[in-house]
Amino acid sequence: MTADSAGAMPAAPPSLEKAPAEAAPLLTVEGVTKLFPGITALDSVDLAIRANEFFALLGPSGCGKTTLLRILAGFEAPSTGRVLLEEREITHLSPNRRPLNMMFQSYALFPHMSVRQNIAYGLEMDRVPSAERRRRVDEILATTHLTDAADRRPDRLSGGQRQRVALARALVKRPRVLLLDEPLAALDKKLRGQMQMELKRLQHDTAITFVVVTHDQEEALVMADRIAVLDRGRLQQVGPPALLYEAPVNRFVADFIGQMNFFDGTLVPGGLQVPGLGHLAGTWPLDAKPGQKATLAVRPERLVAEPDEPAGCTNLVSGEVVEIAYHGQDISVHVRLPGQDRPALVRASASVHDRVRYRPGMAVTCGWQTAHGRILID
Amino acid sequence: MSTARTRTVLFLAPGLGWLALFMLVPVGIVIADSFFQRGIYGGGVYTFTLENFARAFDPLYAGVLLTSAKIAGLATLAAVLIGYPAAYAIARGPKHRQPLLLFLVMLPFWSNYLIRTYAWIVLLNREGLLNQGLRMLGYDGEPINMLYTDATVVVGLVYNYLPFVILAIYASLSRLSGDLWEVSSDLGASPFDTFRRVILPLSLPGIAAGAVFVFVLSIGNFVTPDLLGGGRVQMVGNLIYDQFLSARDWPFGSALSFLLIGIMMVLLFAQALVVSRSQGEHHG
Repeated sequence: MTADSAGAMPAAPPSLEKAPAEAAPLLTVEGVTKLFPGITALDSVDLAIRANEFFALLGPSGCGKTTLLRILAGFEAPSTGRVLLEEREITHLSPNRRPLNMMFQSYALFPHMSVRQNIAYGLEMDRVPSAERRRRVDEILATTHLTDAADRRPDRLSGGQRQRVALARALVKRPRVLLLDEPLAALDKKLRGQMQMELKRLQHDTAITFVVVTHDQEEALVMADRIAVLDRGRLQQVGPPALLYEAPVNRFVADFIGQMNFFDGTLVPGGLQVPGLGHLAGTWPLDAKPGQKATLAVRPERLVAEPDEPAGCTNLVSGEVVEIAYHGQDISVHVRLPGQDRPALVRASASVHDRVRYRPGMAVTCGWQTAHGRILID
Repeated sequence: MSTARTRTVLFLAPGLGWLALFMLVPVGIVIADSFFQRGIYGGGVYTFTLENFARAFDPLYAGVLLTSAKIAGLATLAAVLIGYPAAYAIARGPKHRQPLLLFLVMLPFWSNYLIRTYAWIVLLNREGLLNQGLRMLGYDGEPINMLYTDATVVVGLVYNYLPFVILAIYASLSRLSGDLWEVSSDLGASPFDTFRRVILPLSLPGIAAGAVFVFVLSIGNFVTPDLLGGGRVQMVGNLIYDQFLSARDWPFGSALSFLLIGIMMVLLFAQALVVSRSQGEHHG
């Protein structure tokens, strides 16, 4: 565990970190604040991005993630704070002098140039000799499966091809860091799934550090080695996907990543007193005080709902099935619990459903293990 | 005929009818006239001849055509060189300020073309504001004659057509996404490289439209050369004017008009070519 994962939790799996924590950061963001008229887009953000890492900036729209990416690219200067590439400060270096390249959400392909000319552009600007330029362009065309489309103009390409041209054009320069602004947002769902794997492969093969901005938590979980969650300009939590999923530090992160049940109550020794549900066992956060307002968060797949008292659960509450939603591989069971406005969401496997046969109006007992609940204070 | 097609025809009819009646018919008459012989009392004698065209290429008249092309060409060049930076500044400036700036560009059209041209005489004549201003700054030589030269005509033409050039170039620049500037810079281009390799090629259709507009209107213009050239600068427009109204040689005037129309058609075609080129061959 590192300083990243503030509020480490007892039940968290032992080795969630992939890279060693001591690795020197490649890109450092120090106390970066960005003020626009009327809003604080970023509020003293600190980040350390390591070499050869697939790093995601995740958050809802307006959280500041794109502003942060634009500061890294050099299109915006922070109001206060610094950006360092290794030891060197690059805060005020213009974009064309940074060894970082960005893939734009709009792709921003040059409409009057062929695919090959688009990709060669950056190398021409670097005065790369023409023989080497040709070789590197051919190489990247092959890597991104664009060889057949090399002489076409952007308006003759499919959406997926345009996306790959934008990627190839940035990658061919072999930047120290590749910045990607919502790289998959314009693709349809199936293609997006393929490209997630493709981006991971490219990152692995090229050994270039990727920093991707996304609002799609699933995309971040699938692709990234580490994720930084931002909300309203503030950094909420940084860590590998499993850490953010299993051990969110606050309600925002818990709610934004995946689905979550929240039970609001008051801290009492050994857990939380929740109106309607009574005493629920749980581990207090480190800085908590008795009597404080808090919430207990439990993932739907950690909840079980059975007609009889489920075995092996430390927390038990009775309720009534209000609705079920069939997904194929599993089902969602909505259970109304006493004193709760929103029904609890229970994810049950197909085999459990075969045995229990959930139906609206059915009385069930929900249960979970103490270790699978997480007490959060906001 | 399908209803959609009927509707299209119906909607096009007034516009096409107007153009047919008031443009195609007169142009047809002019073209027909240009092949007639001159009548003794003006008008045409209906005998076919190519003599009018042969006369148009007589060095005396061909020289006027060349002077006209030169003046129109200079006016075009100056209008594009002055108009492009202005259009660029408006298009790249803050969005909320663009309507005001475009309004200011159009402001000269609130007054009459003749009045605006006369205003230049007030400014430029020997006792004009410019000469008075120079004297106030300590110049005590002979008043400088700024009127009735080729350059004065060019200035007048540029002044009159500059707003159109700015609007045409603005229209093509404002369509470009701001991301193009950023991505070019991100790929290592200096601002100059970005302009030369990306922005200029993509704004060529606007330049072509504005340039053709200025050139076509300038080469046929007869008011500005008449007022600011003071009869000393003859352009083909003045020549045609004279043929119809003084010399009463309609067939020759028609032949000159026909040549002018031909030049304009070629230029408009060239402009259309530039536009389709820069938009890619995706229609092919």
